[in-house]
Amino acid sequence: MTEFILVFALAIVLGWPLGRYLAAVMRGAPMRGDRPFGTIERPIYRLLGVDPAQGMGWKAYAGAFLASNLVVGVLTLIVFMTQAWLPLNPNGAPNLRWDLALHTMVSFLTNTNQQHYSGQAQLSHLAQMTGIVGLQMATPMMGLALLAATLRGLFGGRETADAAGRGRDPADLGNYWADVIRPAVRVLLPLCLLWSLALTWQGVPSTLHGGPAVVPVDASAQMAEQKIPVGPVAPMVAVKQLGSNGGGWYGPNSAVPLENPTPLSNLLEMLAIVLIPVAITFMVGAFTGRRALTALVFGTMLTMSLASTGAALWSESLSGTSGDVALMEGKEVRFGAAPSALWAAVTTQTSNGSVDAMHDSLAPLTGLVTIGNMLVNAIWGGIGCGLQQFLVYLLLGVFLAGLMTGRTPELFGRKIEAHEVKLLAALVLLQPLVLLGFTAITLALPSIAGTSNPSFHGISQVFYEYTSAFANNGSGFEGLGDATYWWNLSTTLALLLGRYPALIVPLAIAASLARKRAAPDGPGTLRIETPTFALTLIAVVLILTLLQFMPVLVLGPIADHLALRAL
Amino acid sequence: MTASIVSSHQAGRAPALLDRAGLRAAVAGAFVKLAPQHAFKNPVMAVVWLGTLLTAGLTLAGTTAPGLGWAVTALLLVTVLFANFAEAVAEARGRGQAASLRRARKDLVARCVDPAHGGAERRVPAADLKPGDHVVVSAGEQIPADGEIVRGLATINESAVTGESAPVLREAGTDRSGVIGGTQVLSDEIVVRITAEPGHSFLDRMIALVEGANRQKTPNEIALGLLLLTMTLTFLIVVVTLPFVAGFVGARLDPLLLVALLVCLIPTTIGGLLPAIGIAGMNRALAANVLAKSGKAVEVAGDVDVLLLDKTGTITHGDRQATRFHPLAGVDRERLRDAAMLASLADPTPEGKSIVRLAREQGAQPVEPQQALFVAFSAQTRMSGVDLGADSGATPRRIRKGAADAILRHVQALGGVMPVELAARVEQVARSGATPLVVSDGGHVLGVVELSDVVKHGIKHKFAQMRAMGIRTVMITGDNPLTAAAIAAEAGVDDYIAEARPEDKLARIRQEQAGGRLVAMVGDGTNDAPALAQADLGLAMNSGTQAAKEAGNMVDLDSDPAKLLEVVEIGKQQLITRGALTTFSLANDVSKYFAILPALFAAAIPSMGALNVMQLSSPANAVLAALIFNAIIIPLLIPLALRGVRFRPAGATALLRRNMLVYGIGGVLLPFAAIKLIDLLLTAVSGA
Repeated sequence: MTEFILVFALAIVLGWPLGRYLAAVMRGAPMRGDRPFGTIERPIYRLLGVDPAQGMGWKAYAGAFLASNLVVGVLTLIVFMTQAWLPLNPNGAPNLRWDLALHTMVSFLTNTNQQHYSGQAQLSHLAQMTGIVGLQMATPMMGLALLAATLRGLFGGRETADAAGRGRDPADLGNYWADVIRPAVRVLLPLCLLWSLALTWQGVPSTLHGGPAVVPVDASAQMAEQKIPVGPVAPMVAVKQLGSNGGGWYGPNSAVPLENPTPLSNLLEMLAIVLIPVAITFMVGAFTGRRALTALVFGTMLTMSLASTGAALWSESLSGTSGDVALMEGKEVRFGAAPSALWAAVTTQTSNGSVDAMHDSLAPLTGLVTIGNMLVNAIWGGIGCGLQQFLVYLLLGVFLAGLMTGRTPELFGRKIEAHEVKLLAALVLLQPLVLLGFTAITLALPSIAGTSNPSFHGISQVFYEYTSAFANNGSGFEGLGDATYWWNLSTTLALLLGRYPALIVPLAIAASLARKRAAPDGPGTLRIETPTFALTLIAVVLILTLLQFMPVLVLGPIADHLALRAL
Repeated sequence: MTASIVSSHQAGRAPALLDRAGLRAAVAGAFVKLAPQHAFKNPVMAVVWLGTLLTAGLTLAGTTAPGLGWAVTALLLVTVLFANFAEAVAEARGRGQAASLRRARKDLVARCVDPAHGGAERRVPAADLKPGDHVVVSAGEQIPADGEIVRGLATINESAVTGESAPVLREAGTDRSGVIGGTQVLSDEIVVRITAEPGHSFLDRMIALVEGANRQKTPNEIALGLLLLTMTLTFLIVVVTLPFVAGFVGARLDPLLLVALLVCLIPTTIGGLLPAIGIAGMNRALAANVLAKSGKAVEVAGDVDVLLLDKTGTITHGDRQATRFHPLAGVDRERLRDAAMLASLADPTPEGKSIVRLAREQGAQPVEPQQALFVAFSAQTRMSGVDLGADSGATPRRIRKGAADAILRHVQALGGVMPVELAARVEQVARSGATPLVVSDGGHVLGVVELSDVVKHGIKHKFAQMRAMGIRTVMITGDNPLTAAAIAAEAGVDDYIAEARPEDKLARIRQEQAGGRLVAMVGDGTNDAPALAQADLGLAMNSGTQAAKEAGNMVDLDSDPAKLLEVVEIGKQQLITRGALTTFSLANDVSKYFAILPALFAAAIPSMGALNVMQLSSPANAVLAALIFNAIIIPLLIPLALRGVRFRPAGATALLRRNMLVYGIGGVLLPFAAIKLIDLLLTAVSGA
């Protein structure tokens, strides 16, 4: 409980100034720190051959996003498939098979970090430090960039100060390169440095050498010696937590003492999961100049977060598996069941996906909460993408609420019409299509899937894997034999479909809204920054998720729970 | 008095939904609409229709118990029929209105003339009249087609179209020169220039509109339709994938029950009622005697932010009326009052009548003066009055009222003097925007009567309601700023433009639109036409010129500018009804899941019984109860769809809160109770 309160209190207290700082960074106006940071940024712009002041329309913006992803993706793929021949491979990791390399690349490119490999054994230091950590640094900032461009569109385009005064150009949604590089240099890098140092201080390895070899204490292991794999772990843990990445150096992630040695490191890592997602809710108001918007976003997200976290803690405490030490299998044995549930809740609320307990071992209803979090994917959500998803719900909520107040639905004064609804509809439809479609195929053909669990738990496991991939979360119901062609390729598709449409479609909607005449707020306008609307919005999120996924959740975690209760 | 639109309007717009003949037509329509070309226009109901065929096929193939199979099939068919019935009811109501309009359109023969060359009248069938033809219409005849009076004036009975039995005056060269085909001239003779193409007259368009023949989906309807389609496809995915997921744990799902689940989940309630809501909106507008040229126009009304209206004839009566007596120092108020009344007794003008009325209101005794010689108003003297005792031979008592300078000359001619105070009084009244009339009795000036334009009774209340709905009212007037401000304050408008020229209206509309606001304009004159066309919603008065009526996208048959309020309400109500029923429809699904999912898994997964929170008696009854609820809710909500969700002018947040409570939370809870109740009835009937 202390940890629960501490994590949220610290995230809010630190997130507030950080959010305002982020807003200033994303606005791009002259600010303190321009000189030192500029010396880092300018050479990068020159290298890329881009002008950071150049405005982009939505197509150019999305094009730059996709092009940059393609280039980085191909380079990473090459590293993964040739690492055995490249330097910095003290542990002698072999090249990855093409499907695993593809899945790993896409998984990290989509800010998901779903891992079908075990990092300490299968990746070289070079692969970890370039492919993995490089993408962990860049991809959250790409999400943030898309969010910034979308928000600019919703308010009519980037504010430009020209001779005629302040105006907005609907064809200018900002510059993609500046939107990625500025926050990476000015926010994420410094924060990662801070967290790396703190984690190193707590005992997380930070070295380029191979690990020591030791003799196992337990003779029954029948091993002459065990090689302890170490490496530059602390920086990777810092960025995996801060950047809503989640992919750890070690396969079992933060459940390994080397990634998470002390209670303090546990607190720091949990704080890092929620810090930037919370800060973004504070950024929104300052960035758009509409302060009240932060109240809506923060209030709605906090309400959903507290409800979901509370439900997870409650279910885990009631669970028959929590009290008995023998039933602690897969949980964070050092800190107990409650911190395991807390971590599981926040890591799925934020699209992070790092774990300190195996979600497979959670009580069925806690598992239900984690799946629910990922289905909503906007209770904080990932960096940038969380708020993009929130905007999708906001548009749906405004559409319904607008009709119910007797006006053509509008968001920030701009009318939501057939064109926007069409885009929205495609996005809404994609989620059940991908999740239920793949789940049905996988379950219908157990031979291709290699599911390890029978019965209801098996359904949860498969559904969890696709949900996690589509939500770009990356956590897993462990125990899945997932490094197969089927799993690698089907989840790769789910990863891609969960990332690019979710970021680009809201941008396209915003660009379409930007071109419309904005009506000023009048007394007849639906005010979205009110408790009434916030509750309506939560109802929309709940009902939509429930209607789409109730049957599969009933057959998975709920049936699992009922079966356990009947024992 | 022929039009049923009128009778329904006067009955407070809460008539019986349909008469017997209409009901019969609607029932027949429900079956006719089963034809594929109609059924597939509505994707939600098309899914139900296909589901019906599927369950019938499954039952015939013998994959399920025939009793349950046919029951489910019948319920699905009934669901489609109920949805068709809802649309047919709305259309039948429209047809009833159209039939009464058609009675006004008879086969008339027109007397065509050539105004340029004179010559004899030609007799031409009304159907052959082309725009530009001139026809003569005399008292007792019907006007053969829509047009504009080019010569003469006449009183016309428009009750066939508007339902208003009081005759109206139409005159060439004024803002009241438009006439409608099918209406009857009561007095005088007029020459009308035809403006409507054959078959495109006002009446023709009205008939087509109320019949829904050329009803096009409005933008909001299209957007909502897309959302409903999305939800339908979503549920299709859910239901199609379900047997594979369930198969993993060894549960074989009955396809019949899967179809039942699908039909229960897809938004049939709103899907089935959506066309009816659209048609009903037009019908409600017509019931309020407003002719909307498209459904979109009605919807736009709900979005209006700013309303521009002319002062004259809209906010005020448009004629000056006496409002106050200003006696000079040393003159009794009663004396001035009585003198003013005597001077006005024989004055037939509205001003004169209003002076008598005001005097009576202030306590003057009605008198019939003896030996009175009334002096009528003339353009030369610019005064009127009465000479009392003129017959007795003595010097009569000359009471006069008139313009200040005219009275001044009159008094000086009688040897009187002009009180110094008068000039100040006259100026004081004039400056407040009113017109001063001076009253004299012989050589004595008694005081000043103030004539001012009177704000219509109840208009302030209407503007207050508009403000509550979030609509800002702007008054346009040619008055000076001082008068304009006074009237604006009295009428309760939010803003005004004083000393406005016609082009100022257009400029103001453009300015408001540039600020992103939706502007409504009420007007009648030819010079209003550009503004009516520029405004997002142009409400033209039926009494207005043809140009104004063509430019606007709505015509008010009663020529009552405050009617806009009703139009706005209808537009808002239509959107609210759609939103509320969508919310209701989706909220219902929660309970349907709880009814059908346990039934679906009952055989294979007994522990699922825990989800049967309604304790329904058996899996078969659970499915039937959910389907019965799903079907029966459509006809139960037809009255709501046709009349619209209750609407009270209130802020958006208050409206949202109320509708979320009623249709959101109510929509979640109600079906739990209803399905349980139906299940109890089923148990009782089957005697289990």
